[in-house]
Amino acid sequence: MSGNNERSIWVMQGNEACSVGAVAAGVNFFAGYPITPSSEIAEFMARHLPLIGGRFIQMEDEIASIAAIIGASLAGARSMTATSGPGFSLMQENLGLACLAEIPCVIVNVQRAGPSTGLPTQPAQGDVMQTRWGTHGDHAIIALAPATVLECIELTACCVSLSEQFRTPVVLLMDEVIGHMRESVEIPAPGSYRVHSRPLPRDGQEDYQPFCGAHGDVPPMASFGGPHRFHVTGLTHDERGFPTMVPEEVDKKIRWIVDKIELKADDLAMNEETMTDDCEVLLFSYGSSARVAKASVRTLRERGVKAGLLRVKTIWPFSGKRLRELAPQLRSIIVPEMNLGQLVTEVERAVAGVVPVRHFGRIDGHLFEPDQITDFVLEEIAS
Amino acid sequence: MTKSSGRFEIRLSGSGGQGLMLAGKLLAEAASVYGGKNTVQTQSYGPEARGGKSKTDIVISTEDIDYPKATSVDVLLAMTQVSADEYRHALKEDGLFVVDSYLVDNPGRDSAIGIPFTLLAIEQCGRALFANVVALGAIVELSKVVEWDSLEKTVLSRVPSGTEEANKKALAVGREAARRAMGKVS
Repeated sequence: MSGNNERSIWVMQGNEACSVGAVAAGVNFFAGYPITPSSEIAEFMARHLPLIGGRFIQMEDEIASIAAIIGASLAGARSMTATSGPGFSLMQENLGLACLAEIPCVIVNVQRAGPSTGLPTQPAQGDVMQTRWGTHGDHAIIALAPATVLECIELTACCVSLSEQFRTPVVLLMDEVIGHMRESVEIPAPGSYRVHSRPLPRDGQEDYQPFCGAHGDVPPMASFGGPHRFHVTGLTHDERGFPTMVPEEVDKKIRWIVDKIELKADDLAMNEETMTDDCEVLLFSYGSSARVAKASVRTLRERGVKAGLLRVKTIWPFSGKRLRELAPQLRSIIVPEMNLGQLVTEVERAVAGVVPVRHFGRIDGHLFEPDQITDFVLEEIAS
Repeated sequence: MTKSSGRFEIRLSGSGGQGLMLAGKLLAEAASVYGGKNTVQTQSYGPEARGGKSKTDIVISTEDIDYPKATSVDVLLAMTQVSADEYRHALKEDGLFVVDSYLVDNPGRDSAIGIPFTLLAIEQCGRALFANVVALGAIVELSKVVEWDSLEKTVLSRVPSGTEEANKKALAVGREAARRAMGKVS
C-alpha cells in the first residue's frame, strides 16, 4: 500500500483495502490462519491491530480461528477472520453456531479454485452456494461481494455494520482477482462510514433476554464479563438461551434467525447497473466476473446490441426484485460466473421462466476475457 | 505514454523470486500516485515461493478500467525463456518487447530488445536481485510509460531504508543500458 497523502490517492491491494475497511469500521479483534489468496489480510491486521489497542491471534487452524472470533464478539469485540476455500470449509460448523447463537462476526472468504486444495493462487467463484448452505440446518446468511478495491473498503465496513445490526455472521465473498488486484483509489475520509453497533441491554435490566426478537427487533446483546449473565449454546434454545425441545419455541427460534434476514432481502440489496435503461440482453454478474461483463457490455453496445449489466454487491440474501422489474423488457439474461452454475439458479428462480436465462461458466482457474463473454452473448442472440 | 487511446498495457514476466510483482507494483504506483492515471495491477503465479512462472499485468488508463488484465500488450518484459515463449503472442504487432538477454537466448521476434539485466545487476549493482529495478529503469526509458521522476520517487519511497542509493543506481544502470540498446538498433 502506498500513496500520496495530500491527495489521498493510493495504489492498494484488495486484501489491504479489506483490512483498511475493517479497521475503519472498528474491528479490534482478528484471529486467523494464513492461506493464499487471503494472507495479506492477516498480515495487515497483525501489523496494525496492536498499534490501535486491538488483538491479533494466529490460531492453529481455521476451526479455532472462527471459534476465537465468536468468543471475542461475545466479550464485546468487533471481530473478523479471513480465509479461502479450504479454511472456509473448516469454519462451517462454527458459522452455524454464530447464526443460531446470534453472534455478530465477519468472515472473509477470498475464493480460489477448488474443490479441496485446488489452485491456491488462481481465482474462482465456486463458494457461492457453500456460503449460503455450507453449514447445516435452516439458517440465513448475509454475504457481500466487492468488485473494486474501493469496494473492498466499503463493503468490509458494511459487513461489520450489518453483523452488528442483525447480530449475525456476515461473509465478505471476494475472489483471488479482487483480493490480489492493486488499483488506484481515493481513500475516503476517516469516519465516512456509518457503522451500526449491536443493541445493548439497559443497565440493571433484570428481565434481560438475549435471544429471539420481541416485536421483530434484534434482541439486545450483553457482553460476557458484564453485569448481565446469560447462557450461550449451539443447542436450539429459548429466549433466555437455555436448551429447549418445546416445538413452539424451536419453531420460533429457527424462523426468527431466518426471517430477520430473509424478510429484509430487498432492503439489503445493493446493485450497480450499467446501461440497463433500454437493455434487451441483461448480463448478471458479481465480483471480478462483473468487471469483465462490464467491458463486454461496452463492446456489445458498439456492435449495436442493447446489452446492460446488473452487478449485485449483495449476494445473500438474494433479492430478485430488480430482475423482476427488468424482466418485461428483456429477451435474455446471461449469467457469467467462475463456476458451473451457482447464483444463476437464484436468477432463474427470480424470473420464473418469464425470460430465458443462460449460464456462462469458466472453471479453469482463469478470469474470463471480455471477448469470451461478448462472443457468448452474440452466439446466444443469433440462436 | 506512447499512444493516444485510453488504455496502455504492460506485462512483466519471468519466474518467481525475480521481483517482478514488486516491479509491477512500483510501476502502478508511479503511474497513479505521481502520474494521476488510473491503474490496475494483477498478478499470476504458481504456489511455489521461488521458481515457477510468474507474471504481472499493469493496465494504465485515463478512463475507468473494467477488465483488469492485459489482452493486447503494449510493453512486454520477459526475464526467462519460458515467459518469452508464452507471452510474446499477446504482444501487439508494434509493441515493445524487452528481454533479459542473459537468460533469454531466443526472444522469437526480431524486434525484441535484449539487455542482460541480471548480468548488469550482478556486475554493476553487486547482486542479481537488483535485476528487477534495472529492468524497470530500462523499460521506462524505452516506453516513457511514466515520467522518470515519478519512477524514481516511487522507487526511493518504497525500497527498504538503506538501499535507496543502490536502487537509484540500479535504475540508472537500466536507463543507460536502454539508451545503448536503442543506439544499436537505430
